[in-house]
Amino acid sequence: MLYIKCPWCGERDETEYHYGGEAHIVRPENPDELTDAEWAEYVFMRTNTKGVHRERWVHSDGCRRWFNVARNTVTNEIVSVYKTGEKPDLPEAVTTKPAPAKKAAAKKAPVKKKEGA
Amino acid sequence: MTEKFRTTQGTRVDRSNVINFTFNGKNYTGAKGDTLASALVANGVHLVGRSFKTHRPRGILTAGSEEPNAIIQLETGPRSEPNVRATQIELYEGLTAKSVNCWPSVNFDLAAVNSVASRIFVAGFYYKTFMDPKSMWMTVYEPIIRRMAGLGVLPREKDPDTYDHMNEFCEVMVVGAGPAGLSAALEAGRTGARVVLCDEQPEFGGSLLNTKQIIDGKPAQEWVDTAIAELESMDNVRLLKRANAFGYYDHNYITVHERRTDHFGPGAKPGLSKHRIWHFRAKQVVLATGSHERPLVFADNDRPGIMLANAGQAYANRYGALPGRRGVIFTNNDSAYSVAIDLVDAGMDIPTIIDLREIVDGDLPNAARQKGIEVLTGSGIVATLGRKRVTGVEVATVSSDGSKITGSKRKIDCDTILTSGGWNPAVHLFSQSIGKLRYDEEKICFVPNISSQNERTVGACKGSFDLQSALDEGAAAGAAAAMDTGFGKGKAKASPKALVVEEKAIKAYWVVPTDHPVGQGKRKHYVDYQHDVTAADIMLAAREGMHSVEHMKRYTTTGMATDQGKLSNVNGLAILSSQLEKDIPKVGTTTFRPPYTPVNFGALAGRGINGDLADPVRRTSMYGWHLENGATFEPVGQWQRAWYYPKAGEDMDAAVARETAALRDGVGILDASTLGKIDIQGKDAAQFLNLVYTNAWLKLPVGSCRYGFMLKEDGMVFDDGVTSRLGENHFHMTTTTGGAAGVLDWLEEYLQTEWPDLEVYCTSVTEEWSTLSIGGPKARQLLEELAPEMDFSNEAFPFMTWREGEVAGVPARVFRISFTGDLSYEINVRNWHGLHLWKKCMELGEKYDITPYGTETMHVLRAEKGFVIIGQETDGTQTPQDLGMDWIVAKKKGDFIGRRSFTREDTARENRKQLVGLVTENPKEVLEEGAQLTYERVNPTPAPMVGHVTSSYWSPNLGHSIAMALVKDGHNRMGQWIYAHDRGKVTKVKIVSPVFYDPKGERRDG
Repeated sequence: MLYIKCPWCGERDETEYHYGGEAHIVRPENPDELTDAEWAEYVFMRTNTKGVHRERWVHSDGCRRWFNVARNTVTNEIVSVYKTGEKPDLPEAVTTKPAPAKKAAAKKAPVKKKEGA
Repeated sequence: MTEKFRTTQGTRVDRSNVINFTFNGKNYTGAKGDTLASALVANGVHLVGRSFKTHRPRGILTAGSEEPNAIIQLETGPRSEPNVRATQIELYEGLTAKSVNCWPSVNFDLAAVNSVASRIFVAGFYYKTFMDPKSMWMTVYEPIIRRMAGLGVLPREKDPDTYDHMNEFCEVMVVGAGPAGLSAALEAGRTGARVVLCDEQPEFGGSLLNTKQIIDGKPAQEWVDTAIAELESMDNVRLLKRANAFGYYDHNYITVHERRTDHFGPGAKPGLSKHRIWHFRAKQVVLATGSHERPLVFADNDRPGIMLANAGQAYANRYGALPGRRGVIFTNNDSAYSVAIDLVDAGMDIPTIIDLREIVDGDLPNAARQKGIEVLTGSGIVATLGRKRVTGVEVATVSSDGSKITGSKRKIDCDTILTSGGWNPAVHLFSQSIGKLRYDEEKICFVPNISSQNERTVGACKGSFDLQSALDEGAAAGAAAAMDTGFGKGKAKASPKALVVEEKAIKAYWVVPTDHPVGQGKRKHYVDYQHDVTAADIMLAAREGMHSVEHMKRYTTTGMATDQGKLSNVNGLAILSSQLEKDIPKVGTTTFRPPYTPVNFGALAGRGINGDLADPVRRTSMYGWHLENGATFEPVGQWQRAWYYPKAGEDMDAAVARETAALRDGVGILDASTLGKIDIQGKDAAQFLNLVYTNAWLKLPVGSCRYGFMLKEDGMVFDDGVTSRLGENHFHMTTTTGGAAGVLDWLEEYLQTEWPDLEVYCTSVTEEWSTLSIGGPKARQLLEELAPEMDFSNEAFPFMTWREGEVAGVPARVFRISFTGDLSYEINVRNWHGLHLWKKCMELGEKYDITPYGTETMHVLRAEKGFVIIGQETDGTQTPQDLGMDWIVAKKKGDFIGRRSFTREDTARENRKQLVGLVTENPKEVLEEGAQLTYERVNPTPAPMVGHVTSSYWSPNLGHSIAMALVKDGHNRMGQWIYAHDRGKVTKVKIVSPVFYDPKGERRDG
């Protein structure tokens, strides 16, 4: 069970939270102007990161705030927790730290950079 | 009986404290401090069980939690426990135990005939044997497998004991209280950090309890006693004995199973919980879990009397119980020589040590030689003799590569064989923590390599098998772990000096040859004792293409018994590797998963063992009334909802017929308090609703209500409900009972992440309000009596509006909405007024024969009207259009969540599965919910499935069955006949409108 530090409430067990999928995916402002493929990219397509993954969580049984977590999907190590609207750079040492299993795989899957909330 | 094998040597038993016990019907005595296994050894009892598949006689193999053979049924009656390890049961007065997996007795086991037929019990036996014909799967094969496969027997009675759970935090968690763990706990404890030290044994000391080691010139036990005394004096240190850390999860979450009262005997401590599960969240972890000795794989290596070398040492040194009179030792390393020396000192005859290594010149072997013990080098045991107890061995020189016997055989009489194939670090918890292992070619074992969590591994668990390393590494890790949490400076005191005798290298030797090639004669080389997996099985698996260790494991069931392969995994892997002619690291190792040893279900259930505390239960304020008035209940999520209210002699159908009739002809009352309710406020509230619902909300007048659909961005319906405008910037939203929490999270997600500029505040008010739905033609009359100040006329209080007022003397919000099609009012009052209002309604409604109804009647009534239930008619793949509800989608209001997906190719296509009604050819027949639908009666294989029945009821009002279904292209097929299939039964059904009752909606105004 993960131990997540809510930016508002502090460290709590995973059971207090709900997972909200990949972070920093912004809803298009004018969906009508998008092609089906572009819309599908927003609705369905997500990265399948091996390594540090930025994702959304909500503290459902606490302050009900949504926030962001940068988590290593191989080790579950949480390298950063930050509020909605922020997007801090992750320490170089963290993003390049290889996943223990296969060093090559971690390098091939850099953190996907997306702008926005 | 006297304990014939008891010596005066054992240090940890109190011979003056005699304990009586019964094993397999015979009475024995033991001593305080004994385990059941050590007491049996002291009595010369080695035959303790039968193997799982072939029912061969098996003896005590180990002295610890890794025991695969001595699996017993402890006690009888409701407190009986199956499949516990005799090596871990502390002896108490009156203990009663028996062997499992044998009938009628362990001495004469009928199923031992399997042993004769063991040729057929080869790898993949189950897959190969129980295949065809398919008709025999459930009728013949499954009962056979179940009868053969059972070990112990579960008690049928309710468990009379209590169990509990504790949650705790600490800076440093130390697992294992051997020399390394004690050192770590001491150093960490001295810094003032909160430290937890747990060990599965009843005493701290680990390997030092079993061996005769010297620390600082004195017996190691003196150091152990001093260490424990110091730890006990520290308020910041928690010491847990009989506490097995069985799970190491993410973020240093460690679960510990503590057996608190087992050693007093069943029921002896009624005020205490029997077991406790500890949930620790540690900032730093030190794993000092030690190592397991590995058996050697040789011909017929499973006879009673064959024991791991360190187990023999433990029985002699710790418990004063000799494993036999005359034993030989079989080894590939130096550690077994200290066993030989200790056993000779304890009074056992050890004539010979058989060593697979060609050159044996270490200090320990030379010391053994000086004791007069013969050492045979380059030799192996090539056969064992005896049946229920080993009576001798045949030894010969063997080739270095393990391929054959090279010399002539010589017979040695003995009643005991002590074997050592080297040591496996107990890396289970490390592996569970996602730590990565490395194969150490020199030590011939897997050792921890890369940590994944804030964890350190020390001592034998790290592959550092000598005592000095254990002390040094433990102390260093304890100090460093504490420093990492902000305590101390990270520097350990100088460790005490252990007397270490240097050991020479171990030799890898995975299968010892016999007269015939492995697998071809009668002799078996056992790898996994509990599951009867032999070296030949693994070789066969490799030949049959099971080249991955995970495939081999499942095909042969190696490591899948209750001992989880603590002894067999590395041997099995090595044999697979040699078959594949690959290095061991290339073949890999299996992943260890929790629990480390079996954990009682009672302990996991904790205080919830009786079911009543297993999950929170939510009840409405009227729950007590429902209960008193005979309601049956239906769980909806955690809510307990009244299902129907049977009168004397009524079954569900009769009760529902009566309840539905009352609602259509008179007045009915429903407790609808479980509906999710969200209070929405803020200057942008209407705009927000416009974005989350498919219909238009900006112009909804204050005092009005509107039904809405919420979609996910893929255009699919995910919740519905009525939302009412309480004020210009104030709304009351209702959601489905099950969807309430998810809807709130989802609203907040959009508010907080996509549209933070909108000023909207959402608050869950589900439990603030009690909701009573009063419906039926006489509802208005009742309401007028309940609230004389309010005007309930159609003109003043039309459909889909709400009014505030006093009902039954308490403030209320009354909503004129209907889920039944009939005139209906939903009254919301403060939760604490709910029961009062309900009772008042029953009192004033008596003259109208007011009828309380439950969820079943509600479902029938709404289905008569074709109203959908989200989650029943939908499964996350239906658009509003699929449900025939295009009217709820605003065409001109602009964007809302999910709208763009309506024009996606897959969403816009014609022949999607669409909601329709179904009536059966025979109107009396009620379809099964979930029945699959086809267009034709007879279909090719595979049949083209075109949908399924989502709801199906008998409609007492209509006098025929009704059903709703999702049917491919259903909207274009009105009036067509299709077919419903239910386990072979085919029913002809007609596609109709889902609105069965009052299609023009003439009844809603009363």
